[in-house]
Amino acid sequence: MKELSLNILDIAQNSITAEADLVEITLNETETELELSIKDNGYGMSPEFLASVHDPFSTTRTTRKVGLGIPLLKLAAEQTGGHIELTSVQRSVDPENCGTEIKAFFRKDHLDFTPIGDIVSTVTTLIQGFPEVDYVFTHRICEAGSEKLVALDTREMRIILGDDVPLSDPMVLMWVRQTLEEQYAG
Amino acid sequence: MKSLEELAKIRERMQNKVILREGQASTRVAVGMATCGIAAGARPVLNAFVEEVAKQNLSDKVTVSQTGCIGMCRFEPIVEVFEGDNERVTYVKVTPEMAKEIVEKHLKGGKPIAEYTIGAAEK
Repeated sequence: MKELSLNILDIAQNSITAEADLVEITLNETETELELSIKDNGYGMSPEFLASVHDPFSTTRTTRKVGLGIPLLKLAAEQTGGHIELTSVQRSVDPENCGTEIKAFFRKDHLDFTPIGDIVSTVTTLIQGFPEVDYVFTHRICEAGSEKLVALDTREMRIILGDDVPLSDPMVLMWVRQTLEEQYAG
Repeated sequence: MKSLEELAKIRERMQNKVILREGQASTRVAVGMATCGIAAGARPVLNAFVEEVAKQNLSDKVTVSQTGCIGMCRFEPIVEVFEGDNERVTYVKVTPEMAKEIVEKHLKGGKPIAEYTIGAAEK
């Protein structure tokens, strides 16, 4: 993947496949480090699947027996000297607290760090494709002594839009793009 | 920050239109957005379709959706167009520029672009 934001898009779609209705994407960035978390309330993974999920030959897809989403994220983290962490609680075990969280740690000052890229497009793409799911996006950037916070919570948007307007409406998507871009620029 | 009041205005503007819109879309554009599609550049292609369909005022007729891998990863980004009872048209190795052209000529003009289809790519 050319940008980490593409890995994030890819991984977040696993959450939607797992029937999550809330996906939280959190980025914490300093000058030298990036911590990424993608957390959902989907049906989770069995301990056996969790143990095997780093393996490209382990996948939920049915068109073929290869899944590269998590291995590609793992590679992107490890090639900077970082790592990934996976935790998951199955719905059948604990329906109240089920879900999966993937954390990835990157060394930004490493030569092989993949730039985050167009994260705004990743957020709008998720909303466009799966507007029935809620997203909480948080990006904290602590650099040169100052802190910037970029945040979006579709649950707040839904309260205002009501049932009449889907989050995937082009005007709403444009609003999302602009609000995020303004926060990054500000 | 872009205010939430602006979102409320969008809702007001939309309320009248929504009733007309339901169940009217007859054409569906499906962009392959699995790992293979994303890695091959499907995200800007999808965005080009969404923006162009809105810009050309085709939203009542055309829906743009995301789909998984259909098992032909070497041809990604793949875009399928489903129109009523017509046979589906499969475009391969689509770029954002091609997406705009497909909206203009195929979705708006009704003429599929043969040279961008899988049939042409496999020759």
